[in-house]
Amino acid sequence: MIRFDAVTKEYPGGSVAVDGLTLTIPTGEVTVLVGPSGCGKTTSLRMINRMIEPTRGLITIDGTSVLDLDAATLRRGIGYVIQHAGLFPHRTVLENIATVPRLLGWDKGRARTAAMDWLERVGLSDELAHRYPAQLSGGQQQRVGVARALAADPPILLMDEPFSAVDPVVRQQLQAELLRLQAELQKTIVFVTHDIDEALLLGNQVAVMRVGGRLAQVDSPQDLLARPVDDFVADFLGRDRGIRSLSFTGMPRLPLHSERTLALGERPEQGSPRWMLVVEEGQPLGWVEPERLGSGAVELSDLNRSGVVAAISASPREALDAALSSPTGRGVIVDETGEFLGTVRASDVIALLEAERATS
Amino acid sequence: MIAAIWAWLTSPESWSGSDGIGARLLQHLGYSALVVAIAAAIGVPLGLWVGHTGRGKWLVSAANAARAVPTLGLLFALALWVGPFIPGKAAFLVPSVIALVLLAIPPILAGTYAGVEAVDPAARDAARGMGMRPAQVLWRVELPCALPLLWSGVRSAVLQVIATATIAAYIGLGGLGRFLIDGLAAGNYVQTAGGAVLVSALALVVDGVFALAQKVIVSPGLTGGGPAGSGRWGRPRVRREIVLAPGKPGEASGVVPTTSA
Ligand SMILES: Nc1ncnc2c1ncn2[C@@H]1O[C@H](COP(=O)(O)OP(=O)(O)OP(=O)(O)O)[C@@H](O)[C@H]1O
Ligand SMILES: [Mg+2]
Repeated sequence: MIRFDAVTKEYPGGSVAVDGLTLTIPTGEVTVLVGPSGCGKTTSLRMINRMIEPTRGLITIDGTSVLDLDAATLRRGIGYVIQHAGLFPHRTVLENIATVPRLLGWDKGRARTAAMDWLERVGLSDELAHRYPAQLSGGQQQRVGVARALAADPPILLMDEPFSAVDPVVRQQLQAELLRLQAELQKTIVFVTHDIDEALLLGNQVAVMRVGGRLAQVDSPQDLLARPVDDFVADFLGRDRGIRSLSFTGMPRLPLHSERTLALGERPEQGSPRWMLVVEEGQPLGWVEPERLGSGAVELSDLNRSGVVAAISASPREALDAALSSPTGRGVIVDETGEFLGTVRASDVIALLEAERATS
Repeated sequence: MIAAIWAWLTSPESWSGSDGIGARLLQHLGYSALVVAIAAAIGVPLGLWVGHTGRGKWLVSAANAARAVPTLGLLFALALWVGPFIPGKAAFLVPSVIALVLLAIPPILAGTYAGVEAVDPAARDAARGMGMRPAQVLWRVELPCALPLLWSGVRSAVLQVIATATIAAYIGLGGLGRFLIDGLAAGNYVQTAGGAVLVSALALVVDGVFALAQKVIVSPGLTGGGPAGSGRWGRPRVRREIVLAPGKPGEASGVVPTTSA
């Protein structure tokens, strides 16, 4: 557990970057610091590993003040990932990842084995091991940055806008990978971002800061969306709060409807419904309008695949999205292996949510 | 004339003996090596210190400004002031070495400083953040990353020193400069021109050796190389290097960033 106790950082010249921050960062969870530019997120983060020293107040890790530890020793026990990765250009990917293990005095062989292992765990091919950072894409560099921070298996990981310099598609992949890794590793992660959606997606706990370095609100993503403490937090959360909160609400059992299905190459019978679902070996392939087929058999080119498919474990938001995006108004729901289970209607999802709200 | 120079350069007599080409060439190389070694021993640590701490940047500016002092004038002044206090043959050697060292320090200092200065701030920040101590940041990150520019500075210094070491002959020292000075004095222009050719050739060969050495000591990650067959196009990157400005031959300008693919 990391604790900030009335921590203030004043830069020479009197600018106050962080003002009386008190915050508890629970072990094994992701705490996100979020807020507008210049609100002191980076400063707060860097005070944890003493890259910046607080002016007043106390920061403790499991009860020990960070100021009581040797700075270099402290940092070797805390993973650190920054925006532009900051890889060492003169070292290969493998050497970069092995940096902290080598600093800790591991022998070369052990450090290399660990580095190879982490390369794979962050989703990179071992062909990249002997490349130099300049030969990697931005997303690959960021992954190497994460592997390098984790190489000595520190219990704490500090991440300062690690995904903000990559394109949105890669960012989504990296976010998903981080969630997957975290489910496996359960590190204490402090993550800085100015992107509220990223904060809500990744955080078990989200701390919203306001300019002047003061904490506005700390809560779980659900509670933040449901009960912003003031206009600043509400504005920062942005619009669509009702819709977005559906990502975090638990879904009671989805009311599934069955569908008339067809297989590829089949001809629909007379009197078929307007839309039918084409399913092959259990996997939904798309919707088809029998009327438009004439007397021909269903082919791939006849399919309408515009809708989004949701998993049975999905949040209400995804289930609703599946229904609303479907050309039939019926969202396709599959199980974990992608097997078709049934369809849902938006009105059913809404009715369930309203019933849920009425009882809680 | 060219035939005469060629004949002089290729005749075995001109190569042999204590005042032959062979001996002079070795002397010239010896002086140059000594001078560059001393200049690097001063310029590199100083440049690293200025770059690492960000303090004393005026040293780099001052050294650059000092390039305006003509080396020949400095040499005579030193020979007159310092020479009398030094016994024996060193009375000639020491002033020349000092004058040439002062000539060689600015490019080495500027190159080293520019190299450290150009290190990606994110890499430096990451190095500290991962728990490297200041000396480790310097040796493991800043110095290796500064090497391309540092080495350019050294090469620039080597070229200038080889070219300028000829003037040491004015105050009675050996080296290839003897052919130029003595040739002029005796009206033997074949020898003078031959000496000039030898100095240029030596400079070219030594620079070639340094260029090869650069390939060995600089990480391929910094020069855009890397393992072959990675299946990607190279990416254009900003590279900074020391450029010799047009003007007096052998006089280097400051550090000029150039962009090259
Ligand atoms: N070295 C410094 N000297 C003086 N003021 C500084 C220094 N570093 C940061 N500040 C100021 O402290 C405040 C907080 O900076 P900080 O970098 O922590 O913000 P941030 O929340 O990380 O912003 P961003 O989202 O833009 O990265 C800013 O107003 C900034 O100008
Ligand atoms: Mg920041």
